[in-house]
Amino acid sequence: MSPLLKSILSPSFGFAILRVMTPILFAAIGVAITALSGAINISMEGTMLIAAFFGVIVSAFTQNLLLSFIAGVLAGIGLACILAYFHLKLKADIILAAIALNMFSSGITIFLLYIFAKDKGTSSSLKSLVFPSIQIPIIKDIPILGQIFSGHNILTYLALISVIIFYIITFKTPLGLRIRAVGQNPDAASSVGVNVNKIRFYALVLSGIFGALGGLYLSMGYVSWFARDMTAGRGFIAIAASNLGAHLPFGVFLASLLFGILNTIAIYLASLQIPSEFIQMIPYIATVITLTIYSIQAARKRKER
Amino acid sequence: MERFILKYFNLIRTIIAFLIGAFICVLIIFIYSKDPSNGLRYFFLGPFSSIGRLGNVIEMASPIILCGLAIAIPFQAEQFNIGAEGALFISAAVATGFGVSTNFPKFIHIPLMLLVAGGVGAFWGFIPGILKAKWKASELVITLMMNYVALYLSLYIINFHFRDKKAGFLVSYQLPKTAWFDQFIKNTRIHYGVLLTIVFIILVYILLYKTKLGYEIRMTGFNINFAKYGGINTFKIILITQIIGGFIAGIAGISEVMGIHRRFNWQGTPGYGWDGVVVAIIGRNHPILIAFASIFIAYLRVSGQVLNLLTDIPAEIVTVLESIIILLITAEAFLTQWKYRITVREAEKREVKIESAS
Repeated sequence: MSPLLKSILSPSFGFAILRVMTPILFAAIGVAITALSGAINISMEGTMLIAAFFGVIVSAFTQNLLLSFIAGVLAGIGLACILAYFHLKLKADIILAAIALNMFSSGITIFLLYIFAKDKGTSSSLKSLVFPSIQIPIIKDIPILGQIFSGHNILTYLALISVIIFYIITFKTPLGLRIRAVGQNPDAASSVGVNVNKIRFYALVLSGIFGALGGLYLSMGYVSWFARDMTAGRGFIAIAASNLGAHLPFGVFLASLLFGILNTIAIYLASLQIPSEFIQMIPYIATVITLTIYSIQAARKRKER
Repeated sequence: MERFILKYFNLIRTIIAFLIGAFICVLIIFIYSKDPSNGLRYFFLGPFSSIGRLGNVIEMASPIILCGLAIAIPFQAEQFNIGAEGALFISAAVATGFGVSTNFPKFIHIPLMLLVAGGVGAFWGFIPGILKAKWKASELVITLMMNYVALYLSLYIINFHFRDKKAGFLVSYQLPKTAWFDQFIKNTRIHYGVLLTIVFIILVYILLYKTKLGYEIRMTGFNINFAKYGGINTFKIILITQIIGGFIAGIAGISEVMGIHRRFNWQGTPGYGWDGVVVAIIGRNHPILIAFASIFIAYLRVSGQVLNLLTDIPAEIVTVLESIIILLITAEAFLTQWKYRITVREAEKREVKIESAS
């Protein structure tokens, strides 16, 4: 059996997929929520980065996991609030404002990293905590399944649960109904008394929370330190995943899973000195193709009307 | 005074945005630095400290200007484009491959390099253009995705076909001398690509403001339905703005390779595409303002490098400043209340004048 096939068929491959998928899934849910409210949120990169940073810093100085969790989430919400203020109140284009916030997050985290850790690369000189890994009672004893699904970071399980939370928010709560209404037809929503700006604000804050969780996982789960620009484009991958999954809970989950699988294969290929570039390209090309297909369908519908 | 403010409102707004950003940064420097006066001096005057640094500003501004132009043309037609980053990268990779595997006399080799790079970039712009024009696929998301396709495709091309294995890291073979832009000012790296940039500023200005096509582009951006009813082929405009944008972005990448690195030595996208978005915003999509905005951004970057080198202040403070300026400039409602009040006062004054005259 070829070494590649051998490693792909091993349970550790499945384990790695879930690991790689976690931050993408969180961020993709965040992007999807704002997409349902009718906006493209490309600030996930910055949201994740700033949450990853503040999580590590607070954990290094307080040695308290709960506080660092709160700090990371608050940082994510804070960035979302700035975006909301500029977009909703000061009428800035959300794309351009988000680009500015991505730059801001990248700059400010490196700046503060240098101040706190005297290093512009990583925070490894600071002693910060990681979120615990969990063994799932019965599943962990099942041979292959246990090796794949048990022993993950608690945030990985939270990411999987978040898909369900996202489903419940979107389809089972009044807020979700309003978010979708505002996204599909803001004028109609506003004519029946929905405060469009308020709903969009809530959607942005929710996306900030999910993005922040993704960021926290990066610096306090995936690895145990903060590194400059450590999101490495995952915020943009999340936009792809959200679009690929039509911004719906199950679709977003499947798309993130696909990104997880392909990225993991790419990591394995790179270690075997085989060109991994084409594997890494697949999800982006898939996104372009699916987006095109959606658009063609939408164009047909417009014509029929 | 009031009339002056109204006339130059946008410029004043930009300056106020800069002042607010600069104020915040000065505050940070004062709080943080042990030697704030020195820090401030380098922050504002760093690039003037030597001819080499002044040269750095110019050579750094050049690709930013080209990317700004590449993005401004679709922006003028209200078409989003954040794909300059990818177009620049893939064009530079392909044209570098072309450059190292061919041999021509200089006066043929250079134009051919530029054509190959521009052609690849134009093709890269064609894809989101046609998808948008034909089926209204979001050009924003498509260009974003294509940036990554470009990244991986380019790395593959360089890594597996044109990699210089003697070098310790991933770089291409060096370009033959016939494909170099020469550097022509002593102690700087200012090269003929910079002159080419100036040519492009003029060309884009003429295109946008002196030709029928430019008028159609601006009309499409102003109101696409209005343009359509006025007989403008908006399908063509959407497509053509993305193609021209891609072409210029392609030139931006290869010009930097030919003038400075002389080989493809990027491991990741260099960020000029994002800078292009920034200067297109600050320069409000006007080619000449974009040139000034780019020089300004390059100036800040070089200040950052000087700060890094000579003081205890990290260069990233400049990124923070940039982002604050962009946020404030994109905020349409920022200062409009003020403008509104001035407009009302001015109108009242005029009314009083007319009344007292009659």
